[in-house]
Amino acid sequence: MTREELTAARDAAVQTMTNTPQGKPITRVVVGLATCGIAAGATPVLAAFQEAIAAAGLDSVKALQTGCIGMCQFEPLAEITVPGQEKVTYVNMTPDKAREVVQKHLVGGSVIEEYTVGAVA
Amino acid sequence: MLKKISKLPFTGTPEQEAQLQAIIASVDGDKSLLMHVMQKAQGIYGYLPFEVQAIIAEGMNIPLEHIYGVSTFYAQFALAPKGKYNISVCLGTACYVKGAQDILDKVTEELGIISGECTADGQFSIEACRCIGACGLAPVMMINDDVYGTLTPAQIPAILEKYRNA
Amino acid sequence: MAVKPLVETDFYRMQTRLALRNCGVIDPESIDEYIARDGYQALARALLDLQPADVIQIMKDSGLRGRGGGGFPAGLKWSFTAANAADQKYVVCNADEGDPGAFMDRSVLEGDPHAIVEAMAICGYATGATEGYVYVRAEYPIAVKRLEIAIAAAKELGLLGKNILGSGFDFELFIRLGAGAFVCGEETALMTSIEGNRGEPRPRPPYPAVKGLFAKPTTENNVETFANVPQIILHGAEPFAAMGTEKSKGSKVFALGGNITNTGLVEIPMGTTLREVIEVIGGGIPGGHKFKAVQTGGPSGGCIPAEHLDIAIDYDNLSAIGCMIGSGGMIVMDDSKCMVDIARFFLDFTVDESCGKCSPCRIGTKRMLEILDKIIAGEGTLADVDKLEELAYHIKENSLCGLGQTAPNPVLATLRFFRDEYIAHVTEHRCPAGVCKSMLTYKIDPDKCIGCTLCARACPVNAISGKVKEVHVIDPLKCIKCGACETACKKVHAVYKG
Repeated sequence: MTREELTAARDAAVQTMTNTPQGKPITRVVVGLATCGIAAGATPVLAAFQEAIAAAGLDSVKALQTGCIGMCQFEPLAEITVPGQEKVTYVNMTPDKAREVVQKHLVGGSVIEEYTVGAVA
Repeated sequence: MLKKISKLPFTGTPEQEAQLQAIIASVDGDKSLLMHVMQKAQGIYGYLPFEVQAIIAEGMNIPLEHIYGVSTFYAQFALAPKGKYNISVCLGTACYVKGAQDILDKVTEELGIISGECTADGQFSIEACRCIGACGLAPVMMINDDVYGTLTPAQIPAILEKYRNA
Repeated sequence: MAVKPLVETDFYRMQTRLALRNCGVIDPESIDEYIARDGYQALARALLDLQPADVIQIMKDSGLRGRGGGGFPAGLKWSFTAANAADQKYVVCNADEGDPGAFMDRSVLEGDPHAIVEAMAICGYATGATEGYVYVRAEYPIAVKRLEIAIAAAKELGLLGKNILGSGFDFELFIRLGAGAFVCGEETALMTSIEGNRGEPRPRPPYPAVKGLFAKPTTENNVETFANVPQIILHGAEPFAAMGTEKSKGSKVFALGGNITNTGLVEIPMGTTLREVIEVIGGGIPGGHKFKAVQTGGPSGGCIPAEHLDIAIDYDNLSAIGCMIGSGGMIVMDDSKCMVDIARFFLDFTVDESCGKCSPCRIGTKRMLEILDKIIAGEGTLADVDKLEELAYHIKENSLCGLGQTAPNPVLATLRFFRDEYIAHVTEHRCPAGVCKSMLTYKIDPDKCIGCTLCARACPVNAISGKVKEVHVIDPLKCIKCGACETACKKVHAVYKG
């Protein structure tokens, strides 16, 4: 790899992270899958997000793992970034809550406030 | 570190030895990879009896006394087999200030063995460990790969019961 | 009402994320996401635009100091290795995070492993090393897995290996797993362990920059130190040096835990006060308890009492009061904790982890533990307290490595700030916090007891007598001080420790 290729790879990666191949802006759902998140049950939460997103046919929503988000006692944590909007942090997630968030927030467009970090901190 | 050394007869199989020999061959005489080989060997046998250490000594051309020295130095190397269910109670600082000693005492009382021992039926062993990194859930213990957090001593009997009946 | 974003919560608003910039943002198993966040651009800049000496100068100018606890300037450390000519040199990343209750390095490896890969390659270029080793605790399987994925992906793209980015510079990276020995966090012990031996420290000098891993010049830094490197090289020394205090630049990650409302991973600019961390970010002490002390530096550090909470956190301010920043464990303790018991807890840890090579540490810490046990058993005297202090200074002065030299710190710090508790233990045979079992008696307040019999039924040794609806009494001769009665008396709280 040369420097030019690295810069090209960066631009391409930014593109892949922000838009689908069809040019639709991507909504990112990240679930904290560090050791403490996994111990608190984050793995099935991520799986529930991915299944519910696929089932709802949301092709511009990507659910991914990420590292430690930082607030141990509210694990599992999930963060949703809809393009052009403020990032929303959901706390104490369960697979059921994840499915509900997909329906109400990602499909319906309304944040479930009682599950967000603002409700507890 | 004081280690409990097993007096049980060695029950290794030829299959296990073949696996170990393959690992010894894979490091290609690099003696700095001794700990790597020992970790793999413990994965195969569950612990590191002298018989296994002797196989490694022979295979890597390292004196047995050196391997014994390494095995007794590191907490992770077990010289006695662990139970079917190995209970590690975290005694890291965050867990300790949240009452981890009471958890360990309760587990000890319930099973009638102390840290480092294994029950006579081979079902349970206990060890105290240093921080499994789930400090936000303190106090924490692990039974094999299952993590139990925000524990109280009162919860211990029911948790153990699940494994007794498993 | 607008939904409150994470960055506006008390927990986050004072934080600055440099070392943790990608943690919780990118998928750590995707090299593309790291590259999208300017990943490996710093390596490109170092290899293609800068001479090794320039890289070291930037590191020196940034003022970055070792985040593993020692606080030695990283740029200076790199320059020592660079100055020694050898046929082979090494870079070592210390990921043997042994302080119980600290998980900063684990979080970086699990959340942003490529930052470490990139930083080690930069360090290799600057110091003339072509091989690197990451020594990770075996207790961190997820960190190991993600680091393995990162190394493989970097190799595939030619960001590790031969002729990186066409610069002619070669760098290979290997992972070695520890096996649970606290002393291996000490740099020379860590290198001995990588070589396949008992992880005993070696005397310094010779320093690792002269004779380190496999007897070759070696640069060792910990995970968090390396995590800061790519940003410093990419953006220059100034932004980093602009943050922090005069002698401690940048930010520091702490693992906040213990008796505190918000536990978690916290990254703050150097110079933030302890009070801000505990009261604002941590949200204070839960359960109606009061703050008593905060332990930094784990078994090598000390506890800091309420009167010093307004200290601005940096290396020198904490050393000035006999404590240390340490690797970043920050355990808060409330007023229900006995400081003698806490000192014993840490000393028990060091006695267990002492490698046994030098006698001050092997024998001295054991003697200290015996004295503490005697005090906790209610059999201590004032002379014991003096002897404890004297031993502590001898061990600090004469131990071979950092483990022994810092092992007495928890005892010295508690003696300094909570001496009255030691005195109460030895002169009045009283544990002010009501923790040390030998000295406490459980009693039932006759004015509060409603005679519900719950305590008598909970007592495992039948030490409690009394009829239904009459006041109950505990027989101190039978009582084993297990506390079951206190737990059982939830309704009226009639059982108390006296």
